Amino acid sequence: MSENLRELISAAKTAFEQASDLDQFKSARLSHLGDKSPIALANRELSQLAPTDRAARGQEINSVKSEIAAMAQSREEELTRERDERILIEERVDVTLPTRVSQRGGLHPLTLLRDDICDLFVGLGYEVAEGPELESEWLNFDALNIPADHPARTMQDTFFIEPLTTKLVLRTHTSPVQVRTMLDRKPPIYVICPGRTFRSDELDATHTPVFNQVEGLVIDEHITMAHLKGTLDHFATAMFGEGINTRLRPSFFPFTEPSAEVDIRCFVCRGESKECRTCKGEGWVEWGGCGMVNPKVLIACGIDINRNSGFAFGMGLERTLMFRHGITDMREIVEGDVRFTAQFGVGR
Amino acid sequence: MKVPLSWVREFVPLPESLTPSEIVERLVALGFEVEGVQDFRDEIQGPIQVAQVLEIEEITGQKKPIRYVKVAASDERFVICGAQNFSVGDFVVLALPGSVLPGNFAISARETYGKTSNGMICSARELGMGEDHSGIIVLDPTQVKESIARGADAIELLTLNDVVLDIAVNPDRGYAMSIRGIARELALAFDLPFTDPINLAPNLPLTDNPGVTTPKLEAGADFIVLRSIENINVTAPTPLRMVRRLQMAGMRSISLAVDITNYIMLEFGQPLHAFDKAKIAGALRVRRAGTTKNLVTLDGNDHPLNENDLLIADDNGALALAGTMGGLQSEVTSETRSITIEAAHFFPMDVAKNARAHKLSTEASRRFERGVDPQLPLAASARAIALLTELAGGSYLGGKSDGAPATLEPIPIHPGYVSELIGGEYSHDVVQRSLEKIGAEVNSERAEWVVTPPSWRPDLSMKADLVEEVARIEGYEKIPSTLPPSPLSRGLTPLQKRRRRIAQFLADRGLLEVQNYPFISPETIELMGFKGARARTYKIANPISEREPLLRPHMVPGLIDAAVRNMGRGAKSMALFEIGSVFRAPETIPPPPELGTEQRPTPEEIAALYASVPDQMLVVGILLAGDAQADSWLGKARAYGWHDAIALAQEIIELTGNVGTVHRSDFTPWHPGRCAEVRVGDFAAAHVGELHPRIIAHYGLPPRSSALMLNFGALPIVGPTRVRPLSNMVPTIQDIALVVPTDCEVAEIIKALYQGGGELLERVELFDRYTGKPLAQSEISYAFTLTFRAPDRTLTAEEAGALRDSAVAATASLGARLRG
Repeated sequence: MSENLRELISAAKTAFEQASDLDQFKSARLSHLGDKSPIALANRELSQLAPTDRAARGQEINSVKSEIAAMAQSREEELTRERDERILIEERVDVTLPTRVSQRGGLHPLTLLRDDICDLFVGLGYEVAEGPELESEWLNFDALNIPADHPARTMQDTFFIEPLTTKLVLRTHTSPVQVRTMLDRKPPIYVICPGRTFRSDELDATHTPVFNQVEGLVIDEHITMAHLKGTLDHFATAMFGEGINTRLRPSFFPFTEPSAEVDIRCFVCRGESKECRTCKGEGWVEWGGCGMVNPKVLIACGIDINRNSGFAFGMGLERTLMFRHGITDMREIVEGDVRFTAQFGVGR
Repeated sequence: MKVPLSWVREFVPLPESLTPSEIVERLVALGFEVEGVQDFRDEIQGPIQVAQVLEIEEITGQKKPIRYVKVAASDERFVICGAQNFSVGDFVVLALPGSVLPGNFAISARETYGKTSNGMICSARELGMGEDHSGIIVLDPTQVKESIARGADAIELLTLNDVVLDIAVNPDRGYAMSIRGIARELALAFDLPFTDPINLAPNLPLTDNPGVTTPKLEAGADFIVLRSIENINVTAPTPLRMVRRLQMAGMRSISLAVDITNYIMLEFGQPLHAFDKAKIAGALRVRRAGTTKNLVTLDGNDHPLNENDLLIADDNGALALAGTMGGLQSEVTSETRSITIEAAHFFPMDVAKNARAHKLSTEASRRFERGVDPQLPLAASARAIALLTELAGGSYLGGKSDGAPATLEPIPIHPGYVSELIGGEYSHDVVQRSLEKIGAEVNSERAEWVVTPPSWRPDLSMKADLVEEVARIEGYEKIPSTLPPSPLSRGLTPLQKRRRRIAQFLADRGLLEVQNYPFISPETIELMGFKGARARTYKIANPISEREPLLRPHMVPGLIDAAVRNMGRGAKSMALFEIGSVFRAPETIPPPPELGTEQRPTPEEIAALYASVPDQMLVVGILLAGDAQADSWLGKARAYGWHDAIALAQEIIELTGNVGTVHRSDFTPWHPGRCAEVRVGDFAAAHVGELHPRIIAHYGLPPRSSALMLNFGALPIVGPTRVRPLSNMVPTIQDIALVVPTDCEVAEIIKALYQGGGELLERVELFDRYTGKPLAQSEISYAFTLTFRAPDRTLTAEEAGALRDSAVAATASLGARLRG
């Protein structure tokens, strides 16, 4: 190979190495590989050579050109990589800048809880039954074995609508939904009835005139109190965690017989502390009421008591929520302070 | 019901080894909540002795008179005492050094007034026996007889070491409002023998001697016994033990005759009343008040009477409010020489009405309301006479009754029914034993048993009642826990799913859910400007707040209140929503049918019943106030505006599968120029827009606050979406700018474009809006992107141009022209 061709290689090598960025490199490549580069000129001069020399000279030029081109490619890749790395470093931002600048939404915790409970029971094969908040006295009381002169039907407990001849009340429980369900369909009935209910109590730490209940009603053949107990245990565990089961205590409700109060195992001490402030050392906390549907109620709704029996239970949603989230004052739930609701977010 | 255990022990031999908490546990398991346990043993510690006063030396020159007293207890000693109500020879109660009185009051020997006091002479209050602190206790030697000896243990004597349980009694268990009832329950709880307290009553015949008061039942009761006693000394003291028991049960000692009636009421459960016999004119009647105007009761209150009040009356008028409270005029006084004891079985409802009408919830009324054993009047009145004779002298004149105690219906039951309803194993033997324990009579000769409830259990009237008793006595903890068969569920209804999706959508969009009380004031309705059907709501007869007696006819006012409340607590911007019912009353509400409960109502009756409950709209309300996005490093704040509210309304309607169209509206409480009605078909589904500036100013809401109410409950349920085939052809895009008069609504232009563009016009999008030169002031320009696409071919430029021209031509009737 001729000396001048060899020099072309070393000159190109130097020029590529000296190019410190892609722009410089591009002009260096133009100088050493472009149309006016020495190697291009050398190629053009081939035609002036004698045909016998042409082949050998041509091969030499091509080999030099390839070598320069390879160097160029390698240098270009190197410079591109350097540039890319630099850009990534330059583009660094502070990812800890506050990004949520929109209003934050959230469902009311009572809604979240109600939906959770409905999902649980839908999973058990129940349907969700709902009814009006302004309700007929017959559905709210009479059909539930609460006769006209029962103390629950006084103005101390119930909101009545004027004129009293309309016989409309703000429902005191969601039980009228149970009655409507029994009037509207035949057994088997498996329903859960969530909803807003009303009693004429002043608002304080443990009472609110407007509150939410969830009631369950099952009417089928061979339904027993053991089924009730099993359902409540399942419910309690789903609400409060493994190991939280229920205890039934004999009680009295006009619409059930036998009747029971439902206690849950204290979710704070699990019955293991005599000093527990939540259960006052009793190991159990009152949760709701339940029982086998009173035959008088079944008869008023036209259910064949010789074929069917049933159970019902009812819990306060606020109370359940207080248990689950450590809320000590019911007013926090009902006052509508957005900071309270925001703690629960859109999902949990 | 406060129950001293010493009293219960007279009738059931509870072992001393049983702790109060063990007793409480069993009572709870039997269905009696114990609301409190007062264990006096924890509060008092001896030595506390009976002492006799030997000498009294008055110490003068102090702020108050002081006595230096020599007493004889187990030894002789001196004590200082500030009380003056005793004399030499009296028996008093002495707390010796080393003793501890209630309130952790430790007694020790101490120096005062230059003397050493070796103990303390006690008042009733100091011993935890009540509130009396007017002087020290002076024991009456005639009351305490042989136990009153110098040095005798006063703790035993005065029952200062009792345990009192405060037991809540459910309304169906009237029998447990007595020592008798609780003792019976504890006997069965611990399998101990039970002695019925009514055995304490002597067999005192009813003899109609001259002078005996005659009862006449006219209403409200089925059995009454009157017994008369004369020549009694009403001023004789009540035995200490009786006073102490009354006090532990929460009652005050009043006078011997009254104390005896109260004592028997607590012990048996039968309220009694003692009349001054001389003040009864003629027969004693149980009757309705009728025209009788008023009665002054024992507490001195003058009660105007209602026609249906149940009275005890004589020839002159009202003597007592039956089963509730006696009258002042016939009260036993210190002058009384003869007494008539009244023991009756009043009907629960009559007494409940008496008590409620006159706001007199008394020990007697609470018992009658829950049901008293109708067999008790004979025994209870006999025991009263016996105690009066014993403690106040006097002689029994005789007695008379009217009516007869009702008997309870026997209940047929297959013993297997218990297992069937409970779901556990209850053998015939267990069923029989349990029922006999509660005092029922069980005839088990046939396969179907016949169970006669005891007279004190009127609550037992059907099989299920008996099942509860067996389950209760065996223990609810024995009920197994199993799940019922799994039924078939269709899951949530479409409306329930819709409600959930809307709530979740709004929460995801940055709105916070609130749940407001649905009460509202007439002033707010007025302020909002609701009129006609939108203002017609329901009035609560007995509202919590007289200021807000109405049910909300609209969701927005409650949301405004919530926003204001939160702004008061520092919130600046709010996006709130609420889902629930609003109430609009129809002009007439159909009256409800008269329905019994003996059978299912007929289909017509059910229809009429449902029709008597007016529809209640299920709506979502939204309030957007302040900034949607706060000032931040990303840029300036963006305030919520009317368009945000309209966009939400449209999106909610889309969520329901329906299509909403926006129309100008001017409803209150919105800004008349910034209010829209969103319709689904012809149905006005929502009103939405910026709130009226007057409302914003009134409440101090952020400027331009916007709101919406959408009746999603009434929107049609839309079935599954039918999918259209997608075209893979390349769309043709055409941009146009139209100049229209400023009062022309964009919705109209878009509608016209779609109409003119025909089926191949896939989409119209507004991308710009311009006013100003060179347009006239009455003109505005809108720029739209029209997307055309055919399902089967790519449109040619000529075709697309023709379609665009056709679309534009359709807007000409709105006064539109192509711009430049």
